[in-house]
Amino acid sequence: MPESLYGPGEASGIWVFLEHEDGEIVPVSRELLGKARELAGRSESSLTGLVMGNDVEDVAAKASRLDLDRVLTVPHPRLEPFTAEANSFAAAAAIRAQRPDVLLMGATPYGRDLAGRLAVMLQTGLTADCTDLDLEPDSGLLLGEVSGFGGDILAMIKCERRRPQMATVRPGVFAETGHRRAAPAPIDTFAVDVPAQAVPVRVLARRKHHGVDISRAGRLVIAGRGVQGEMSLVESLARVLDAEVGATRVAVDEGWIGRDRQIGQTGIVVRPGLAIVCGASGATQFTVGIDKAGLVVALNQDPEAPIFEQADLCVVEDLFPVVRALLARFESEGAMPS
Amino acid sequence: MSRPLHTVVCLKVVPKSEEVQVDRESMTLDRTKARSEINPPDMNALEMALSLKDCYGGRVSLLSMGPPFVAAYLRMGIAMGADDAYLLSDRAFGGADTLATSLTLASAVRKIGGSDLVLCGEESSDGATAQVPPGIAAWLNIPQATYALSIAVEEEGFAFVTREIQGGEEDLAVPLPAVVSVKVGVNEPRFMDIDRLHNADQLSPVSVWTAADLDVDPGAIGIGGSPTTVAGLRTATTGGGRRRQVLSGTPDEKAALIYEEIMRYLGVTTPAT
Ligand SMILES: Cc1cc2nc3c(=O)[nH]c(=O)nc-3n(C[C@H](O)[C@H](O)[C@H](O)COP(=O)(O)OP(=O)(O)OC[C@H]3O[C@@H](n4cnc5c(N)ncnc54)[C@H](O)[C@@H]3O)c2cc1C
Ligand SMILES: Nc1ncnc2c1ncn2[C@@H]1O[C@H](COP(=O)(O)O)[C@@H](O)[C@H]1O
Repeated sequence: MPESLYGPGEASGIWVFLEHEDGEIVPVSRELLGKARELAGRSESSLTGLVMGNDVEDVAAKASRLDLDRVLTVPHPRLEPFTAEANSFAAAAAIRAQRPDVLLMGATPYGRDLAGRLAVMLQTGLTADCTDLDLEPDSGLLLGEVSGFGGDILAMIKCERRRPQMATVRPGVFAETGHRRAAPAPIDTFAVDVPAQAVPVRVLARRKHHGVDISRAGRLVIAGRGVQGEMSLVESLARVLDAEVGATRVAVDEGWIGRDRQIGQTGIVVRPGLAIVCGASGATQFTVGIDKAGLVVALNQDPEAPIFEQADLCVVEDLFPVVRALLARFESEGAMPS
Repeated sequence: MSRPLHTVVCLKVVPKSEEVQVDRESMTLDRTKARSEINPPDMNALEMALSLKDCYGGRVSLLSMGPPFVAAYLRMGIAMGADDAYLLSDRAFGGADTLATSLTLASAVRKIGGSDLVLCGEESSDGATAQVPPGIAAWLNIPQATYALSIAVEEEGFAFVTREIQGGEEDLAVPLPAVVSVKVGVNEPRFMDIDRLHNADQLSPVSVWTAADLDVDPGAIGIGGSPTTVAGLRTATTGGGRRRQVLSGTPDEKAALIYEEIMRYLGVTTPAT
């Protein structure tokens, strides 16, 4: 097998790719830092936050207050707007020069674009969309836990011989610790030249939906196909519960609700205290998104629906009369405590 | 106006995920009992390729790495309107992770003679990594655009791609050749032409290639070319740990029980009724 560019003996340190948007480090990168800090502590490694982009001073200053040992900036005008080609070119240069042992990134569209390209450029292993990270007891190798093996089975994936050991993690999998440094961490800069031919793709326009971020919602009422487009009912229940509305992909594809509220493998991993799931069958691609919920109430008229395997309270019933009765009950009992 | 396009569509045949069994001894997946289907977003990629062909003319080739039975699914693609199909089938390809899979597919694209576009699905329902399309692009050293909602080729040598990003969309001008991965559900895949299905083998027999047919280092494919390995398997405690309490009664009674449970869960005592 062709060798990676450097091996385990030459590698050290854990790097977290700090994705940023409008000058802010995105939530998944901050979530990753908490887990990375734990892994760094156990393996006595240093923790570096990688900041790529054009004018990165502000972001680097914000990063230096987070729980990490060092910020490494890789600035270049051609790194913004983000393209996978330019960013993988620059990241690969920094990685070849400084040889991290582990590289973690958020499984956002940009993070996955970058990770998939980088892994090939660096000839190394990538474990995608991990649901947990750990260290193998004796070897100290990074273990990435992945599902997608048909639901109940989780596999721990490792990369023994090549470096860096790469993994991506979906937003919402880890909780943000909120730990901050008293004194800012040192900021290093890696100078890189990004030639024009490393940036073949032109970004013509970028539109943001400015939607909600349901990954942080404490309570969710979730609509599946069974809601049949009657979103006002679900929205009313969400209102009395002081909850956000989430949806399965079918509900999103039907146009009943915006894509920013889609839960699941290609949507968002949520961790609400309470989730009321209305008219969803419980496909694995959906349920991976609600694994971390507290109390799960599922309403479905089909007693065989797999969603009931993933629920605390199983309501085998036409959802409409039950939701209406529940709504009436909350309305008559007055406001919900938040 | 643009010249005719040659598009290669990467189709993966996947087991219906709920039917897959896991062999704990060998730590492998037993797919024999599971029915298969073409990975749903790959069907959207195929439809996109066919409508590009309708629009600009040209040719659509199908490419898949998998066991021999996958040929039957490629014939369905021919019946939908694809022009030719290539199946990479060899035990030597088995056990490939994303690095080895993307290399194998990239090598086949080269052997086909290259193309203007390589279209993939956004992610596979079993692998679920979304990393193969960027991997193919990196091996071929060409640009990539992932999570595409639409593609147009109005200007010579460029694809205009609208694609999804976190909380929004972006429009890209991507020079060809390029790899584009397509979002699931962006179009309605057309029906098969039954005459074409019956005649698929006369129209275009599926070319089956082994590792020896590809110009690729045997050590870089399959399990041997895969840097990642399975360290262990375990059963998920999540979901499995749920109460699964089935509520009984009329809809009103069920609603009352849910109400009480929610109030208890949130630490609020309910007034006795
Ligand atoms: C690569 C890939 C990625 C995917 N990613 C995601 C993802 O991120 N999120 C996601 O959600 N899906 C995803 N999917 C799709 C997923 O496989 C399912 O198709 C989807 O979750 C089903 O949505 P649903 O449960 O709303 O619809 P259905 O599966 O159609 O289920 C509807 C349910 O409602 C019930 N019902 C109908 N009427 C009533 C009523 N009046 N009262 C009570 N119950 C009723 C029915 O019994 C049925 O069980 C993905 C698929 C693929 C291939
Ligand atoms: N074995 C394969 N044969 C053909 N195409 C594949 C294969 N594996 C992955 N792909 C393509 O890559 C896409 C993403 O797959 P993945 O990276 O596994 O999520 C799929 O939707 C397919 O288009």
